[in-house]
Amino acid sequence: MHLDATIATFLIQDGLTNGAVYALLGLAIVLVFSVTRVIFIPQGEFVAYGALTLATLDTGNVPGTPKLLLCFGVAAFLLDLWSWRRDLKVDALLRNIALNLGLPLLIYGAVLYLAPLQLPSVVRVLITVSIIAPMGLYVYRIAYRPLADASVLVLLITSVGVHLAMLGLGLIFFGPEGLRAAPLHDGSFTMGPLLVTAQSVLIYLMTILIMIALYFFFEKTLLGKALRATAVNRLGARLVGVRTQLTGVTAFVLAATIAALSGVLMGPITTIYYDTGFLIGLKGFVAAILGGMGSFPVTAIAAIGVGMVESFASFFASNYKEIIVFGLIVPVLIWLSIGAIHHEEE
Amino acid sequence: MSRNLLELTDIHVSYGRAEVLHGISLAMRPGSIVTVIGANGAGKTTLLNAVMGVIPSTGAILYDGAPVPRSVEARVAAGLCLVPEKRELFSSMTVEDNIELGGFLRRASERGETREEVYTRFPRLAERRKQLAGTLSGGERQMLALARALMSRPRLLLLDEPSLGLAPKIVVDILNIVSELRKTGVAILLVEQNARAALEIADEGYLVELGEVRRSGPAAELAVDPALMESYLGAHS
Ligand SMILES: Nc1ncnc2c1ncn2[C@@H]1O[C@H](COP(=O)(O)OP(=O)(O)O)[C@@H](O)[C@H]1O
Ligand SMILES: [Mg+2]
Repeated sequence: MHLDATIATFLIQDGLTNGAVYALLGLAIVLVFSVTRVIFIPQGEFVAYGALTLATLDTGNVPGTPKLLLCFGVAAFLLDLWSWRRDLKVDALLRNIALNLGLPLLIYGAVLYLAPLQLPSVVRVLITVSIIAPMGLYVYRIAYRPLADASVLVLLITSVGVHLAMLGLGLIFFGPEGLRAAPLHDGSFTMGPLLVTAQSVLIYLMTILIMIALYFFFEKTLLGKALRATAVNRLGARLVGVRTQLTGVTAFVLAATIAALSGVLMGPITTIYYDTGFLIGLKGFVAAILGGMGSFPVTAIAAIGVGMVESFASFFASNYKEIIVFGLIVPVLIWLSIGAIHHEEE
Repeated sequence: MSRNLLELTDIHVSYGRAEVLHGISLAMRPGSIVTVIGANGAGKTTLLNAVMGVIPSTGAILYDGAPVPRSVEARVAAGLCLVPEKRELFSSMTVEDNIELGGFLRRASERGETREEVYTRFPRLAERRKQLAGTLSGGERQMLALARALMSRPRLLLLDEPSLGLAPKIVVDILNIVSELRKTGVAILLVEQNARAALEIADEGYLVELGEVRRSGPAAELAVDPALMESYLGAHS
């Protein structure tokens, strides 16, 4: 089989679709890393949770994630209680109960009620995101907040731990079977020789929309600027009164939201298992590294490249697809280490 | 007698095993300028960082008659503000954004008002609103650091060597601005190596050597102290 124009356009479309999702994931990784110095390995689990939650909602059943969210909330609640064991303040306790117990209970109740109603797909997507996004908050509270001043290495080890824990929880709450969500929109149309599915158009639109939203958040809102400030100068940010916790929580909730949306977008185009997210997340990670872990635009462009390479590699050398994709970071790492050596010599 | 705005009693700070502040006590009244002078390595920066809560310390820090809040952020909210030795600006962000962030803990309406005051005080910065902080000159950077600090409407400004690394003419400008600031009612704890200039604008002075207060008193008296003159103020004049 050799490459002709039809196959090429098909591969390009495929590459673009995946690349768009990788771009979102890469952005979330860069966001979390620059604000908190955490390498966000568990992102893949958020993606899988998102996809599996949506797929379960599609069948009219109640997914396991709201219950999991409740468990996370209880854990966060207990940790807060423990950290206040010396001086307990009533207003802080009430806020804590509302956030850590009230919010997940509310979501749990809402899902129990809404899941069997066979609501339109947009609503199912919204439900999915509102289950997964708060998980970012609790995961940050439970695993990372106590380590706000730890080294990048300790944070990385923590991330591996969180990844493994969430992987195990994924298996418990979703089981080993793969699920495929229904497309958010069934249609397709032809453009010249190309069959374009509505789902892929949706992916492009969502990606662009999320990027625009992020741009506005970081450029126009004070909280967004505070996140940037924290990334640029941690001490400076504290000195103007920006709490490390606030920016940390915000970064994690944003990242969990983006990951959930990525899962929702991916869910209908591939079968997702409880452990599929990791590999998808890693590709976002490749893009983030290609972007030097700091640049949003470069990461986005690199992600499209990763999607393309993956798509063409699967045609020419499908057995080596993953190796080729992950091999992309080797020259960059060499390049970065040469840069680092030069830096030291100066 | 109204009470002191800041009262430090027996402050000790260690880096690892090495203690560098050995029990510093200091008091300052609302709206006054107090200067801490001393040689390089005496512990001046360490003292300001301890007051701001950037580094842990033992001893009592009373602010406005009560123990100072624990976290840096809560201290900012209570009206303390540190302009650090290295300025710690957001270099890849615009002047405007740096200033805006200075008022992070305040309501949007209050921020707008203070922002106009700050731009009136620092017209140079108003001209450079859209410029990145990292591209400013040394003097402008110090102005931006001051401007950012003023955005929080502090009651106590902690200034760590505001004249460090600046050309003599700009040092005069900066110190003029500092003494202008006291007219707004803010108290200033000023750390300077430029002892003569600092004592000129201060009410009280503390001489710190090797982590201990060696001398303290009204700035005017310290400025004419013969022993001090020799080692810190330069023999002439
Ligand atoms: N982060 C640090 N770790 C270890 N020692 C430090 C640190 N910062 C300052 N020191 C030491 O503490 C002493 C006081 O430093 P510093 O407060 O910066 O003095 P000054 O501001 O008066 O020049 C110096 O001996 C310095 O070497
Ligand atoms: Mg110093």
